[in-house]
Amino acid sequence: MNEARASAAAGLLPDDELHRALLRSIVDVARAIFGARAASVFLLDAESDELVFEAVSGEGEESLVGRRFPSSTGVAGWVLVTQQPLVLDDVGRDPRFASEAAESTGYIPKGIMAVPLLSGERSLGVLEVLDRPSGERFTADQADLLGMFATQAAIALDLLGRSRAARRLLESGEGSAAGITRLVAALERGDADEQAAGMELLAAMTRVLERR
Amino acid sequence: MSVRAHSNDDEQLPAHAIAGADARRLPGARLWPDRVDREWAFGGSTGAGATVCLVDSGVDATHPLVGPLDQAVAVSTDGAETVIEDDELGDVCGHGTACAGIIRSLAPDCRLVSVRVLGEGFVGSGPALIEGLRWAVEQGFDVINMSLSTTKERFVSDLHALTDAAYFKRSLIVASAHNMPVRSYPWRFASVVSVASHDLADPLVYLRNPAPPVEFYARGVEVEVAWMDGATLRASGNSFATPHIAAICALIRSKHPDLTPAEVKTVLGLTADNVEVEP
Repeated sequence: MNEARASAAAGLLPDDELHRALLRSIVDVARAIFGARAASVFLLDAESDELVFEAVSGEGEESLVGRRFPSSTGVAGWVLVTQQPLVLDDVGRDPRFASEAAESTGYIPKGIMAVPLLSGERSLGVLEVLDRPSGERFTADQADLLGMFATQAAIALDLLGRSRAARRLLESGEGSAAGITRLVAALERGDADEQAAGMELLAAMTRVLERR
Repeated sequence: MSVRAHSNDDEQLPAHAIAGADARRLPGARLWPDRVDREWAFGGSTGAGATVCLVDSGVDATHPLVGPLDQAVAVSTDGAETVIEDDELGDVCGHGTACAGIIRSLAPDCRLVSVRVLGEGFVGSGPALIEGLRWAVEQGFDVINMSLSTTKERFVSDLHALTDAAYFKRSLIVASAHNMPVRSYPWRFASVVSVASHDLADPLVYLRNPAPPVEFYARGVEVEVAWMDGATLRASGNSFATPHIAAICALIRSKHPDLTPAEVKTVLGLTADNVEVEP
């Protein structure tokens, strides 16, 4: 019955737009916290075992959103697999890194902070903050802040991910959850009297089912 | 000996008591001093004769700051099947090369071995980590550097058995503490040396933490490190503090090959910069 409850709740939520807005908010806030030149987020597509470039704030190209990367190579892959943050400066000296970065954001950063988006044991993806103000020393406080923000972002993404999954289940039109959602939708289309009658009917049906 | 979780269960178990007079005579540290200091612990040591194994993203052996590797293998897992073969790829990230360069800078004459556990996708990464560590423990390396960990509880029992096996085989595992407040392994186990970072610039400054599970702090902020394609960059994180301690352990084991992992950890504690000895 948990599934049905989640599905019914999800039926009241808007769809992919909310997901996009959340991703957008995560990269915007990450960039603002550190006064960084850009921030981007990659999510793991578990089916294809790839990282997908989902959003960018600041310098970088929106047109690259949707691009896919291997899930266990490069800086983002290391962070995803090991679930550890990585903070690198003067990365432009490494030609391979430079081309990797250019491919993912459209420009070559000098410094990168990459942090895993963790939900329990699962790695949802990787958040990258590019180019903190130059000359600023990286401190343990910044590391803590980055970790805390990534944790919050991951919780939000996980919740939304669950509700999206529930919604997909509803839209498939199969199972009791989908049936209940159709019932709720039909009920809400009615006027006050129809809704009251409907609720009475539902209450009676619930009593019968609970008595079994 | 194959290192399997609880492998002893298949063997005939010995009665553990002995007659005192039959106890074997064992070599200890030669001339264990009244007071253990760094000069005694690793003064004059270059790491010669000690082998350090890196369980990481692979190592670029052609990097001038890393020098030659004794051996490099890659781990891949396909279902229940584990394949360990010579690594043709080198480093798939740069991280392993960075750690190898740090070890080389402090213990220039040690032997380096790389076990690459990354690059086969995210899904198989957990089993690859376990099997890579299992292989390293089986080889009996003096020091095993693990600048990574796993949060997956289903691997905890295997990891625990492996780190205990390493401890009993005198392989010293030096493992990174997680940089975020999450529960991960194997650094939390008492059989390994766990390391987090301090922000001082001296690569030989290490501090003992009186409140484990993190046991030592070493240089881990803005460290100049080797990376891919001969490049260098600056890196921060516990994973770069760990090879500093691994290298110092290699120096100690090179000079005092008979010390056990517990004794090396004790020597580290006694020689830490924040431990004051009354004259």
